[in-house]
Amino acid sequence: MSLSVNEGVDVKGLVDKVLEAYPEKSRKRRAKHLNVLEAEAKDCGVKSNIKSIPGVMTIRGCAYAGSKGVVWGPIKDMIHISHGPVGCGYYSWSGRRNYYVGDTGVDSWGTMHFTSDFQEKDIVFGGDKKLHKVIEEINELFPLVNGISIQSECPIGLIGDDIEAVARAKSEELGKPVVPVRCEGFRGVSQSLGHHIANDVIRDWIFEKTEPKEGFVSTPYDVTIIGDYNIGGDAWASRILLEEIGLRVIAQWSGDGTLAELENTPKAKVNLIHCYRSMNYIARHMEEKFGIPWMEYNFFGPSQIAESLRKIAALFDDTIKENAEKVIAKYQPMVDAVIAKFKPRLEGKKVMIYVGGLRPRHVVDAYHDLGMEIVGTGYEFAHNDDYQRTQHYVKEGTLIYDDVTAFELEKFVELMRPDLVASGIKEKYVFQKMGLPFRQMHSWDYSGPYHGYDGFAIFARDMDLAINNPVWGIMKAPF
Amino acid sequence: MSHPVSQSADKVIDHFTLFRQPEYKELFERKKTEFEYGHSDEEVARVSAWTKTEEYKEKNFAREAVVINPTKACQPIGAMFAAQGFEGTLPFVHGSQGCVAYYRTHLTRHFKEPNSAVSSSMTEDAAVFGGLNNMIDGLANAYALYKPKMIAVLTTCMAEVIGDDLSGFINNAKNKESVPADFPVPFAHTPAFVGSHIVGYDNMIKGVLTHFWGTSENFDTPKNEKINLIPGFDGFAVGNNRELKRIAGLFGIDLTILSDVSDNFDTPADGEYRMYDGGTPLEATKEAVHAKATISMQEYCTPQSLQFIKEKGQQVAKYNYPMGVTGTDELLLKLAELSGKPVPAELKLERGRLVDAIADSHTHLHGKRFAVYGDPDFCLGMSKFLMELGAEPVHILSTSGSKKWEKQVQKALDASPFGKSGKAYGGKDLWHLRSLLFTDKVDYIIGNSYGKYLERDTKIPLIRLTYPIFDRHHHHRYPTWGYQGALNVLVRILDRIFEDMDANTNIVGETDYSFDLVR
Repeated sequence: MSLSVNEGVDVKGLVDKVLEAYPEKSRKRRAKHLNVLEAEAKDCGVKSNIKSIPGVMTIRGCAYAGSKGVVWGPIKDMIHISHGPVGCGYYSWSGRRNYYVGDTGVDSWGTMHFTSDFQEKDIVFGGDKKLHKVIEEINELFPLVNGISIQSECPIGLIGDDIEAVARAKSEELGKPVVPVRCEGFRGVSQSLGHHIANDVIRDWIFEKTEPKEGFVSTPYDVTIIGDYNIGGDAWASRILLEEIGLRVIAQWSGDGTLAELENTPKAKVNLIHCYRSMNYIARHMEEKFGIPWMEYNFFGPSQIAESLRKIAALFDDTIKENAEKVIAKYQPMVDAVIAKFKPRLEGKKVMIYVGGLRPRHVVDAYHDLGMEIVGTGYEFAHNDDYQRTQHYVKEGTLIYDDVTAFELEKFVELMRPDLVASGIKEKYVFQKMGLPFRQMHSWDYSGPYHGYDGFAIFARDMDLAINNPVWGIMKAPF
Repeated sequence: MSHPVSQSADKVIDHFTLFRQPEYKELFERKKTEFEYGHSDEEVARVSAWTKTEEYKEKNFAREAVVINPTKACQPIGAMFAAQGFEGTLPFVHGSQGCVAYYRTHLTRHFKEPNSAVSSSMTEDAAVFGGLNNMIDGLANAYALYKPKMIAVLTTCMAEVIGDDLSGFINNAKNKESVPADFPVPFAHTPAFVGSHIVGYDNMIKGVLTHFWGTSENFDTPKNEKINLIPGFDGFAVGNNRELKRIAGLFGIDLTILSDVSDNFDTPADGEYRMYDGGTPLEATKEAVHAKATISMQEYCTPQSLQFIKEKGQQVAKYNYPMGVTGTDELLLKLAELSGKPVPAELKLERGRLVDAIADSHTHLHGKRFAVYGDPDFCLGMSKFLMELGAEPVHILSTSGSKKWEKQVQKALDASPFGKSGKAYGGKDLWHLRSLLFTDKVDYIIGNSYGKYLERDTKIPLIRLTYPIFDRHHHHRYPTWGYQGALNVLVRILDRIFEDMDANTNIVGETDYSFDLVR
């Protein structure tokens, strides 16, 4: 494979052309978020984590989405109250495919929607009284609930409710953690601040107020999976590999996770982070407070999986290192067969990626493993440190777009004509109508898992079925 | 913990089968017993059984504060839907940006179509100083990039709580030349903490009409022979609006559908992406003030709009998601009355064919008990159709339903012997319905995709006939209104009944004597 992409394409000229459509003020602002990767560059050369421009159709979400939708929502044995009007919880109800095992409505609540359903009088007179009652009713109707989180929607922070006071009172009364999360949607510039706020709440309201479970016996091999939301079972397909090399996964954050797992996390020997963007905060905190080291890993595609397994094993003794080699060797024939089957069908195909937290970089080598090229990539809500980490995955000439607008993405795709667009549900049908194969890379298009060796086979199959479906050949009528 | 590799290149297995392999089952068990610190299986089983009791139902119905799995969304999504039914219209949602991502996602997941709308992306500073600058910049950007013919402004609850004034802001933005002075920018305040998506729909329709028709009462507005029709928030709008247009064509009525999303939410795949397609022409919207009458297909989606239209001197007629034979009869008779034209012979023929189909299948429907949930109008229309089929609506539930709606449902139930076991539950949610289904069983549930959890828990088959339908494809492309629509609904119900019969009679040598070839 060559060391650069988009050779012979004037990508910079293309960016300038697309920017022409903006009014001047917005054009200047957007220009800072778009770049073509140069050789030897230190980072991707784009500004990030800045407010979206009004009226441009950003693809971003909000802090509530980052907290309730991403970090807290998957904790299955707690009930997460969408506190405020009915909509936020309704739209985020059961959409993200955070798989879990449990008796929904009895000891797990992941695919349910609980809301305080604010009415005008709650806005005018405040909603704290109602919140007290909501929590009492939840505890009565769902006696096996192990904890409750209050996920604030926009009005909460604007009307001056004291949800912390309610949380303290109710925690004491129920003898269960009740945690207030100030993730109002207007805070910050994207989902990202919601992740951070959610992390801080775990620090302040779980770590500070609870203890690891009595009788929990540590071993030298205790690790955690941090930042895996178990979409389509991703965390399970990762956990199985960690267990196979001899480690003990004492907690999953937060896909298929439980309150006890959060509480026991400070007992870990190492925190293993998959989605750095959404959970680096808590890992850094545990490093400072408890001296627990953390390490980023990447379980997309066999190259990265093998590298990550070796890096993880290197933190432990020789047995674990030997196990890692055995596990890599064990899966190799299956991986070889997958590549032998799918690579000839995918080799040289060009991909444009636009997603969230870690995937704009983490999935790159999985595509490379199949012989595919990444010609453009970008993040909805990255910070500068994400773009620094990206630069090492992508090649010279790659188009980088931060907080891309629907207009820009459509134009870039139209002009660059990749063979596959890998983005979200809001983008999917736009590009399919343009005749381009598409895969949703948030929900795995209802497939998955994509993590781990088991997931890689599914990833390869899915990219093939998207690109090589006959539908793309019948778009043009013969008359 | 070594185990064989279950995955294979020959036959790739995904979540459906991968996690049923022994190595994953063992993984689940280890995680549960060593790390989750959950409740004992016995305790879970005890509580699970308790949630299905009469005692639990009473506690559940005593709830005053928490809402669990409601059948309603918030105002803005309804307003957005209404706006998207007008020609070249881009909804502009003033407030926090995450909301718009949610609305677009929700509508896209149902229609399997792109959904375009922009946000003014207000953040903390706008919460303090107001969102005027966001409106000024936002309108300019939206206008320059997306070249709409109209921008319809609505609000999120954030903008409502801080009290942003849309009318003033839009004027201000026009003064700053964000959009040309004569560019249409209708608006609607759509606070999420008042009503639900159906109220938002009403507010936006009224907002658009106000923009084109003016605010003053004018009972003497000159009238022509045209008829307007407002479909309301409808997941089957693609099929239904086209069916309504076909019916109007057969009548020879010049019908203006006010907010017609049928083309915008069903664009072809031919290599070109159309950001806008179809919709009620803006010129026709303006002219619609001169129509002699306006029909609302969903009373609860249009109370303010109809009042406004009345004040322009039009006759108005309202229906509650009319379905089935009688529902369609009433609509067609009204069209005949308003237009002075007879019901076309072709429609009479379609009616006869529908009745024939019902007669052919009535044995499978008679006396079957149904739970129906969804928006207030849908519940009414669906329940009436069921009774017409000899089926019995038993639990009729709508979180958006009011006391007035409950009475209206009761009146419909009282009018038929098949309504005697029925009861309406306004303001209740799907967790209430779960209790009802366990304590007073029915044979089938009619609702939307969210009902699949009820189906899983109660084992009562679900028939998806209202928004949102995320986990079945393309049904929204077929009408549920008109005689043709009624036939579609009938077949959907019958298919589910037959599938259920087969599934319950397919054990070889044990139940399969009833596994009949002919049904």
